[in-house]
Amino acid sequence: MSEPTSRITLEVNGRDVTADVPSRTLLVEFLRDNLGLTGTHVGCDTSQCGACTVHLDGIAIKSCTIFAVQAQDATVTTIEGLDPAADHPLQRSFQRCHALQCGFCTPGMIMAAASLLATDPTVGAAEVRGALEGNLCRCTGYQPIIAAVLEAGKELAG
Amino acid sequence: MLRFGVNVGAKFGIGQAVRRAEDRRFVAGSGRYVGDIVLPGMAHAVVVYSQHAHGMIRSIDTSRASAMPGVIAVLTGADAVADGIGGLPPYFMPADSGGPPGYRTIRPILVADRVRCIGDRIAVVIAESERQARDAAAAIDVDIAPLPAVVSPDAAAAPGAPLVWDDCPGNACFTLAFGDVAATEAAFARAAHVVALTIHNNRISANSIEPRCAVGCFDPATAGFVLHTSSQNPHGVRKVLAQSVLHVPENDIRVISPDVGGGFGMKADAYPEDAIVLWAARRLGRPVKWVGTRSEALMGDNHGRDQTADAALALDEHGRALGLRLTARHALGAYVASATVAPITFAMRMLPGVYDIPAVAVRTTATFTNCSPTGPYRGAGRPEACFALERLMDMAARAIGIDRVDIRRRNLISADQMPYTTAVGVTYDSGDFGAMMDRCLSLADWSGFPERQRQTEAKGWLRGRAVTSYLESAGVFNDRMELRFDPEGNVTILAGTHSHGQGHATVFPQLIHEWLGLPYDKIKYIQGDTDKVAFGRGTYAARSSMLAGTALHAAAQDAIAKGRTMAAQLLDADIDDIMFADGQYSVGQGNRTIGFADVVKAFYRPIGVPGGLSLGLTTIGTAGGQSPNFPNGAHVCEVEVDPATGAIHIDRYVVVDDVGRILNPMICEGQIVGGIAQGLGQALLEAIVYDPDSGQLLSGSFSDYGMPRPDTMPLHIESELAEIPCKTNVLGVKGVGESGTIAAPPTLVNAVLDALWPLGVTDIAMPLTPARVWTAIDQASKRGAA
Repeated sequence: MSEPTSRITLEVNGRDVTADVPSRTLLVEFLRDNLGLTGTHVGCDTSQCGACTVHLDGIAIKSCTIFAVQAQDATVTTIEGLDPAADHPLQRSFQRCHALQCGFCTPGMIMAAASLLATDPTVGAAEVRGALEGNLCRCTGYQPIIAAVLEAGKELAG
Repeated sequence: MLRFGVNVGAKFGIGQAVRRAEDRRFVAGSGRYVGDIVLPGMAHAVVVYSQHAHGMIRSIDTSRASAMPGVIAVLTGADAVADGIGGLPPYFMPADSGGPPGYRTIRPILVADRVRCIGDRIAVVIAESERQARDAAAAIDVDIAPLPAVVSPDAAAAPGAPLVWDDCPGNACFTLAFGDVAATEAAFARAAHVVALTIHNNRISANSIEPRCAVGCFDPATAGFVLHTSSQNPHGVRKVLAQSVLHVPENDIRVISPDVGGGFGMKADAYPEDAIVLWAARRLGRPVKWVGTRSEALMGDNHGRDQTADAALALDEHGRALGLRLTARHALGAYVASATVAPITFAMRMLPGVYDIPAVAVRTTATFTNCSPTGPYRGAGRPEACFALERLMDMAARAIGIDRVDIRRRNLISADQMPYTTAVGVTYDSGDFGAMMDRCLSLADWSGFPERQRQTEAKGWLRGRAVTSYLESAGVFNDRMELRFDPEGNVTILAGTHSHGQGHATVFPQLIHEWLGLPYDKIKYIQGDTDKVAFGRGTYAARSSMLAGTALHAAAQDAIAKGRTMAAQLLDADIDDIMFADGQYSVGQGNRTIGFADVVKAFYRPIGVPGGLSLGLTTIGTAGGQSPNFPNGAHVCEVEVDPATGAIHIDRYVVVDDVGRILNPMICEGQIVGGIAQGLGQALLEAIVYDPDSGQLLSGSFSDYGMPRPDTMPLHIESELAEIPCKTNVLGVKGVGESGTIAAPPTLVNAVLDALWPLGVTDIAMPLTPARVWTAIDQASKRGAA
């Protein structure tokens, strides 16, 4: 009994990708195991922690909540593809504000925040807290993360 | 000398908020965690966990699983026994250091006969892919004849309770007692006031966002094992696996802990999965990887706290404490795991905290339950101590009718009492607890409370506040740091400690930059690999600033001394005339100088190292044996409570911490604020819940276990650092990793109880979920009406 597979074609970090994968492969598994993009992390099994957040056609999603086949023809951006020099305003402000400690939640947190700021860089603290409600951090207490997102928003708003 | 705020020196030196060297890779997504490791020929392991809290294994049918696609092997406890694989012992028991006898358990890596908790490991499937292994694991039939289970320490201590271990009567593993019972009873007998309460410090889970994971390898040519594991303490893991599980020499195992996604004490231990992947790798001749899921973490990780205590405080008519008594039961879970004796001991020994209490008697019984083992979790016993003490202080103030700040002022140990030895024999070197509290009250605008309360009450809510003090004990055991200088004059730090979020790759180079004058950005940092680092004890219990800092200082001093010998040769001067300052050796105060890096290079001349000195320069520093340090401070919390829903809104949270000499204020505040969030999590949201009848785990996923989230934490925690240098270590540092977690629970709970005091609510058990707060209000109103 061999497992049913599917052929998928999508764009990941600006690169066209085609692969045959078991049909039940989650998008996060495809990114990590097939493409080696290990910046996207897995911190839970109930879609609660947000460590696996990536952009699907520009919108932040938890990549453990969809199958890879559901990303057919989509454009996926992971933390590795957010900025060619890893120099996105969020990637800088997280360092300035000490918004990370162990670093494990950081890629998902940055991807969730980047999607929010792309929609509206002028959001306030309450909106940031609400938007990141699905991303867990155990180290920082969130305070510096909120500060970093607001700082990056200011920069993006010019 | 007391100083609030931060004194800054050289740009990358001690006291500077230097940005973290490790962050660049983390924000880019190029951190390397164990789960990211892929090795040629790697197979995948999935573990089968007991779904019964207690029972006898009648049979394990692996036949269906073994025949499934991709399955390479299915292993059970019987296989482990046949291969001579041992189990996991406690790292130490009280008896090992002259304490009372206890019941010592050995935890099998796979249980063959009797399961004692949900999450006991029963079997492991190794397959070509994780998916295949998981499918096969689900096809293993484990037939267990259930036995009655007991999940709370009180129930476990009751007569006739089910026994977790048949030959351990009363489930009582050991009893620890400190202090003077007769003096304490006499204090209670003459007291004008006695307050007492029973508290349960809720069982919680560390929940590092990275679940534990491990990759095991075995090389038959050298009979060598390599274990990549998400651990805070790689040498500790190596020791227990070599000595107790695999029965091989320690140097046959290399343990690598690369980037580790948080630990909080939970990852300081070796777990069955660490042993399983090595054993399986040797049997199969292939690397074997295990990555835990969150559900497996909640069921299989060591938990924290789970202490029930009867606590009482005796006071004179002026509110001066005369005596303190605490009798506790601390749940062990089903096994005595790793360093679990440490939190149990700290919960007793640190009970007197910041207060001058002449008579103290504390006693705890470590009690087996059919639950996952407890172990050290951030704070490790100090939160339990602080919670009991600060709850009693608030109760006493109300019972006597004096202000809650005043009662603390009357009882705080004063700065001029230092050094101060508590009634249970712990000596504090330094601290000004009253100054911390006064500063915290001022920053929180304590005196402005009545106006804010009026505003809150105008909208139909209630406002409450609390001030607490805490005291931490930091710096256990000893440690070792190495400085390896290279032919170009650069240096690499090889750390015996292990940073998994604490920023050691930044702070330790700051120290070396300050002491040796070498360029900050050229200082390399290595940790977490037993083949590179000769020895170390890892990071937990807020130990690294003092122990690694002191050891690093010794290594730097040795390097300066050895360099002085070389400088004398190079400058053709008498060694006694060679001075060292700002990274330069000089002859007296004169202008004949040579930089430290150039002196290092001379140690690597291909022929004729000057003065007949040996080739190369490596120095080693160790630290240990001195007193721990005592971080301390004050917390103020102000809350608003909606009596209609029980919802709690934290309006302000202010903390002042005496961290001794500040090494990097940004990292200190990060530790403190993050620690407060974990403490508030315990107070507001978090609980590992087992069904009291079946022993089933009811909080088995992040959908059930309440984690602090961005929208449940205070809008702003205001943190201020204070410097009162520690007198018992050369750096003057005090630990910082656990402080916030210790004081946050009593501060939050006292603030909520203050808000609800007018309604007649006197106690709510943690976590203070809206449902519990609402129920407490409802019950109090019914009592009032009756």
